[in-house]
Amino acid sequence: MGLKRRGALGLGAVGALAIVATGTTSAIAEGWKPVKPVEFVVMAGQGGGADKLARFIQSIIEKNKFAEVPFIPVNKGGGSGADALRTLKDNAGNDHMIMATLNSYYTTPLRNPGIGVNIEEFTPIIRLAEDAFILWVNSETDIKSVDDYAKVVKEKGTGWKMGGTGSGQEDSLVTTMLEKAYGLKMTYVPFKGGGTVAANLVGNHVNSTVNNPSEAIGFQQAGKVRPLAALTAERLPLFPDVPTFKELGKDLVYRMQRSVVAPGGLKPEVAAYYTALFEKVFKSEEWQGYCKKNALQCTPLTGEPLKAYFAAEKKAHEALLKEMGEIK
Amino acid sequence: MELLSHLMDGFAIAFQPFNLGMMALGCLLGLFIGAMPGLGSVNGVAILLPITFFVPPTAAIIFLAAIYYGSMYGGAISSIMLGIPGASTAVATTFDGRPMALQGKADYALVAAAVASFVGGTISIILFTLFAPPLADFALRFGPQETFALMVLAFATFVGLGGDDIPKTIFMILLGLVLSTVGLDVISGRPRLVFFDLQGFYKGISFIVLAIGIYGIGEMLWTLETSRGKVEIANHRFTYKRLMSALGDLKRAWGTMTFSSLLGYFVGVLPAAGATPAALMAYGLTKSFARDPEKFGKGDIRGVAAPEAANNAASTGSMLPMMTLGIPGSPTTAILLGGMVIWGLTPGPLLFIEQADFVWGLTASLYAANFVTVILNIALIPVFVWVLRMPFMILAPLIFVLCFVGGYAPDTRMFDPWLILLFGFVGYVMRKLDYPLAPLVLAIVLGPLAENSFRQTMIADLGDWTVFFTRPLSGIIMGLAILLFIAPFLKRFLSRGKTSTLET
Repeated sequence: MGLKRRGALGLGAVGALAIVATGTTSAIAEGWKPVKPVEFVVMAGQGGGADKLARFIQSIIEKNKFAEVPFIPVNKGGGSGADALRTLKDNAGNDHMIMATLNSYYTTPLRNPGIGVNIEEFTPIIRLAEDAFILWVNSETDIKSVDDYAKVVKEKGTGWKMGGTGSGQEDSLVTTMLEKAYGLKMTYVPFKGGGTVAANLVGNHVNSTVNNPSEAIGFQQAGKVRPLAALTAERLPLFPDVPTFKELGKDLVYRMQRSVVAPGGLKPEVAAYYTALFEKVFKSEEWQGYCKKNALQCTPLTGEPLKAYFAAEKKAHEALLKEMGEIK
Repeated sequence: MELLSHLMDGFAIAFQPFNLGMMALGCLLGLFIGAMPGLGSVNGVAILLPITFFVPPTAAIIFLAAIYYGSMYGGAISSIMLGIPGASTAVATTFDGRPMALQGKADYALVAAAVASFVGGTISIILFTLFAPPLADFALRFGPQETFALMVLAFATFVGLGGDDIPKTIFMILLGLVLSTVGLDVISGRPRLVFFDLQGFYKGISFIVLAIGIYGIGEMLWTLETSRGKVEIANHRFTYKRLMSALGDLKRAWGTMTFSSLLGYFVGVLPAAGATPAALMAYGLTKSFARDPEKFGKGDIRGVAAPEAANNAASTGSMLPMMTLGIPGSPTTAILLGGMVIWGLTPGPLLFIEQADFVWGLTASLYAANFVTVILNIALIPVFVWVLRMPFMILAPLIFVLCFVGGYAPDTRMFDPWLILLFGFVGYVMRKLDYPLAPLVLAIVLGPLAENSFRQTMIADLGDWTVFFTRPLSGIIMGLAILLFIAPFLKRFLSRGKTSTLET
């Protein structure tokens, strides 16, 4: 029955494509513009990190009047974003839909081949930012450096608790990378969201985390948690005293991408419209301020380079997941 | 006295005409959002968030908090009037609210809900004002072990909820627990119980879909069959006299309301718990400690007052971890957190220092929002009662439509309305077979919380289950839970002792 429905949806999408195609031919001359509200699909539930970001982008577009139509966030967080990916696939050719992504953009189709999504079919619009990962410990401990950390964790073994988001998600990938690089074996405790993870570190329910800066920065400013090292290529401006793992001799770099994509089968002028729009969002004062405050690495990427970036990241994640034994 | 001056500053902010207007508007909108089956505070706040892009942050949070608040009041309305909980927080309100409505005392139940909400809201906001920072530290001490202990306590209150048939109650709890595991598992990251490989099951079965199906559709089918379309709800015009008499009835419930408010507030403060377990525990505990527990479930005013006081208190409580720790105490506060990012604020330990205007403006507005909602609520009771007077052949299709819209709206996928139909039919059959429905619905809400916290503990403590008892906080809560489990037996034993002393 599932197959039949999928087929019907596919047909529907083709029909919609035909209608849209005839409807927009006249508009091509002066460039394409959306004529009705744009659905802004979010790969996470309401209140999650990706959701916050999508709503923040929505506020930038509306405040600065970058678009004449509203952008409406639609949460499709089910199945680690499987729901959202499927929606985007079923809407091939829909000019009034875009999606905010995170790293489950790569991992979910790999882990659930059943959803039949190939992200290379989608239209890349822009990469807005990359979020960093930092290794944190509670500031009540004596651990001041990664060397101290590795020593203590080796001693404690599986008695050492690393808190993070769900298994197979970013935090667990980073943990596996850490374990491999330093020859450690710790106990990974999955929680539902990054904020909860950080709070559990402050409450001493876990011993370390790999939170994004934005999730732990409030606690850091209050002197509750201590950053040890960042999994970035260069030091983060907001954390000038925190070394990178690269400096410490381990090639550990991992980032969470914050990008916008559109369904496949779009006309070039449609993609061009969204790319131009999001370039404006990127340059806005609000976005630049947000990047700084949350220690995001903000270098925009569009068009072919973005496509290549996605392809490379997908490959890297495939290798990581294989190593973890999550996929074959 | 620094506190008082902060609060006075807050009132000055909250009573600026614009902020006051936003607050009143938010309360009214929230009331209707809460009253619609399916649409809860989560959707309401999410849908109305864009309105706040154009106003200052303080006005924005006042508006959204008022919606959150108003919808806590509103949730009781559909629970009482239609027997469909408008939100998971209002499930417990149906237990006694619906019977009261069927006895023609819907207005009494609505007054009780409004007043209890007011009491809960006021007590919790006073606690919030006085003890925000120390309570934030307390919330941090809650790890997975404590969360699980709390869930055990919540499940302990199930005892007796389902009526006299214990095996049927246990069966329904277990069924609810099984349904709650459908979908992607956070801990392993793997899908579970994806029946027939349907994509829709990846998302899991949400409380809203189950509750609307079972209470909305199932209840309608049941009513249709038993009444053949001739539903007669004895109805009185809501007059001043009835209001006064309702308030008089409430005198019996003061203790209940105070206790439930305190309980609700503390449960709300804890990260990841929220208003649903709070309301449920308040109901269960009130019933367990009542001298006449047999009256509950048949239209006892205390059965309405307890969960309503608790869920309002908990909604205030859950703003505390949101603001001081940056972690949401409930799904709605998760969206409010997102709003704070949009308005350019960083929630966290420093918010109280750096953004004092924001914090105290919000606090003061909550005091005022309480007054506005209780007045709105009582003023609107005649309207709600009028709805009940509508002929059933008009009301029933309306409710059906509302049910499907409410079930479809949160995720906008057709899979959910189909599930609602299925659950509606199953719910109807179960009702005919006299299975209690409440334990099923509550198990699906609490199941994931209990399961995740249990597994997190087992992973973190390497399978050592004694930690639940050896850690001070979780040990105390576990002890309470065990006491609660044996309370009915204990009480029987004690009362037997009393009668025997009387005899001698």
